[in-house]
Amino acid sequence: MFKQTAETDRKILVRVENLTKHFPIKRGILIQREVGRVRAVDDISFHIYKGETFSLVGESGCGKTTAGRTLLQLYQPTSGKVFFEDVELTALQGEAMRRMRRKMQMIFQDPYSSLNPRMSIGQILSEPLEQHGIAQGKEKHEIVKDLLVKVGLHPYFIDRYPHECSGGQRQRVGIARALALRPELIVCDEPISALDVSVQAQVVNLLKSLQKEMGLTYLFIAHDLSMVRHISNRVGVMYLGKLVELADRNGVYQDALHPYTRALLSAVPVPDPRAESKRQRIILSGELPSPANPPPGCPFHTRCNIAVAACRQQPPTWREVKPGHWVACDLV
Amino acid sequence: MPVVLEVRNLETCFHTQDGIVHAVNGVSFSLAEGETLGVVGESGCGKSVTMLSVMGLIPRPPGKIVSGEAIFGNYDLLKISEKELRSIRGAQISMIFQDPMTSLNPVLTIGDQLREPLETHLKMTPEQSKATAVELLKMVGIPDGAQRLNNYPFQFSGGMRQRVMIAMALACSPKILIADEPTTALDVTIQAQIVDLVKKLRETLGMAIIWITHDLGVIAGLAHRVMVMYAGYVVERAPVEELYDNPLHPYTRGLLGSLPRVDIQSDADLVNIEGMPPDLLQKPVGCPFAPRCKWAFNRCLAENPTLVDLGGHEVACWWDINGGKPRHV
Repeated sequence: MFKQTAETDRKILVRVENLTKHFPIKRGILIQREVGRVRAVDDISFHIYKGETFSLVGESGCGKTTAGRTLLQLYQPTSGKVFFEDVELTALQGEAMRRMRRKMQMIFQDPYSSLNPRMSIGQILSEPLEQHGIAQGKEKHEIVKDLLVKVGLHPYFIDRYPHECSGGQRQRVGIARALALRPELIVCDEPISALDVSVQAQVVNLLKSLQKEMGLTYLFIAHDLSMVRHISNRVGVMYLGKLVELADRNGVYQDALHPYTRALLSAVPVPDPRAESKRQRIILSGELPSPANPPPGCPFHTRCNIAVAACRQQPPTWREVKPGHWVACDLV
Repeated sequence: MPVVLEVRNLETCFHTQDGIVHAVNGVSFSLAEGETLGVVGESGCGKSVTMLSVMGLIPRPPGKIVSGEAIFGNYDLLKISEKELRSIRGAQISMIFQDPMTSLNPVLTIGDQLREPLETHLKMTPEQSKATAVELLKMVGIPDGAQRLNNYPFQFSGGMRQRVMIAMALACSPKILIADEPTTALDVTIQAQIVDLVKKLRETLGMAIIWITHDLGVIAGLAHRVMVMYAGYVVERAPVEELYDNPLHPYTRGLLGSLPRVDIQSDADLVNIEGMPPDLLQKPVGCPFAPRCKWAFNRCLAENPTLVDLGGHEVACWWDINGGKPRHV
C-alpha cells in the first residue's frame, strides 16, 4: 500500500477540473428537441496520486460510473478538463487520444457482458496488443500466457471461451485484458459487485498484489463501503452528480463531516452481532431525487437531518476544512 | 417457544439437459414462534430452493421434491393438495422476493394487488379491503395511501416497491414471513430503512421470519439463529452471537474472514477461499467443501459429515477446528 507522505512529495497522475457531464433528454420523433438534462456529473474536481487507490463511492445514480467514463474520455465531457500527467486529455482527438489510451484501462462491473462471447480468451487478450502494435506471432502468444499466469489463471485458458469460465475467472480475464498494455491507471468500475462473497476476496487480493508489483494507480468505483475502506488510500463521496466529501481513508471513515457521508456509513451493516446491536443508525428519510431535476440549493437538503433554510437556496461551497479533507457543506 | 415449522430431510433436484442437479440434499430445520432464522450462503447453495420447495413454488417439472416433510400445524406442506396449499400460502405463510421490480404485476394497480389476498383469504368486501389496504400502506411507511392505491408499480421507486411487497405479505397477518434476499437489489441507505421497518413490524405483529441472504452483515443485526448452507447442505447452525464469535465450520470461518468491515481499519489481506462452489450435477462422495478446505484430511474425502449438535451449536465437519484434531463422531 501507498505510504502516507507529505502532500508535496506525491506525484499527481490525474487531475480533474470542474468536470461536468450532462445527458440531454430528447422528445419528438422527427424533430428532436432537448426538453431537459440529466446532470449525471456536475462540476467535480479531484486529483489522483501516482500509485494510490482513489475511490469514488455513492449510491446508484450518483454519477460515479459516469465520472469514471468521462475521465477516460469514453464520454465527451460537457465541460471541464482532465489532465493525465501533464497532457490535457480533453484537448486531444483521434490518434493522439488513441495513443494515450494505452496508459489508462478499465475493468468493468459485469464479467458476463464485457467479454465478447465469440472470441476465445486468447483472442480477447491479443486484441489490444495487436491494435497498439506491441507484439505479434510467438511473442504475442508468450505475453498472453504471461498475462494469464499473472492473474492466477492456467495458460490453457488461452483456448477457452468466456462461457466456459466462472464469474471470478471471467473477471480475472477482464483484469488481464486491462493489464495487457501495461497501463499506469486502471479504472475499476464495480469490479467485484457481480461476484460471490468468497470470490470477491480473491479478486480484491489479486488487484492489491498487482498494484504492488506493477506500481498501478487505481480509480476504484464502488458502492460497497466496507470494501472501499479496505483498499483505498483516498475516498470521494458522491451524491446526485456532485462530490460532497473527499479525504484520505481515515478522514472519511473516522472523521466524516458531511451529513450524507455519516448517514451512508452508519447504514452499512457490520458482520458482528455485538457491534451491530450497539451501532447508532442514521436512517435517511425519503429517496434519492432525480438527477434530471435536482433540488435547488444543496442537493442533499431534502434528506438532510441538519439542513437549515439557507441550504434550500444557496449551494454549499466546496472547501478544504483540513489539509486534504474537502467537504461541500456550510454547516460543518 | 412452540415450533411453527419443522422441515425434515428435504431433498430437491432438477432434471435438466445436462443431468440431475442436486440442489437441496437433506435439509432439516425448525422455526420457533416469533423467531428470526437467517439462512446464509452463496448463489447456488440451495437456500432459495429450500424455501421455494416448502412453499410448493418449485416448477415441476423440471424440479422434483425427492423426499422430506414440512410440518406446519396439522399439515405436511409437501404432501397436501395444491388447493389446501393455496389457502395457506399468502395467508399463514407469505414470501417477499429479491427483485421488487419483477415480483409485482406491472399492469395491475398497487391497490388491486394489495386487496387480492384480503378478498381471497379473509373474504373481505371491496370497501373493507380498500380501507385495510390504506392501513397496510401506512404501516409500511407509505403516506397518502388512498391516492397511492391507484398507482402502478412503475410509479414507485425500488425501496417503495419493496415496502408494497412487505405490505402484501403481511396483509393476512401470517405466522411466517419468508424473505428471499429482500434488500439485495437496494441501495444501502434504503436497505437500512427496510431492515428497520421489518424489525418494527416483527415487534408489533410477532411473526416468525426466515431471512435468506448472502450478506453476513445484514443478518448479524436481525437474526436470532443463523444456518449456513453450502452445496445444498446445512453445514453449520447456531445462535447468532455464537456463530459469529466461534464459527466452527471452515467455510463459515472463511466467509467471515473474507469480509472487510466498515467500522474497523485493517490492512491485512482478506481470507481467500480458493476455488469455487462445486458442480451440483454430481452428489459429492465426501464433504462438499473438502476440495476448497485447508483442513481437509482423508476422512473428509471419503465420507460426507453429518450435522452434529455440540450443545446448541451444530456443525457438519470432521475436523475440530478449535482443538486442532479430528472430531470423533
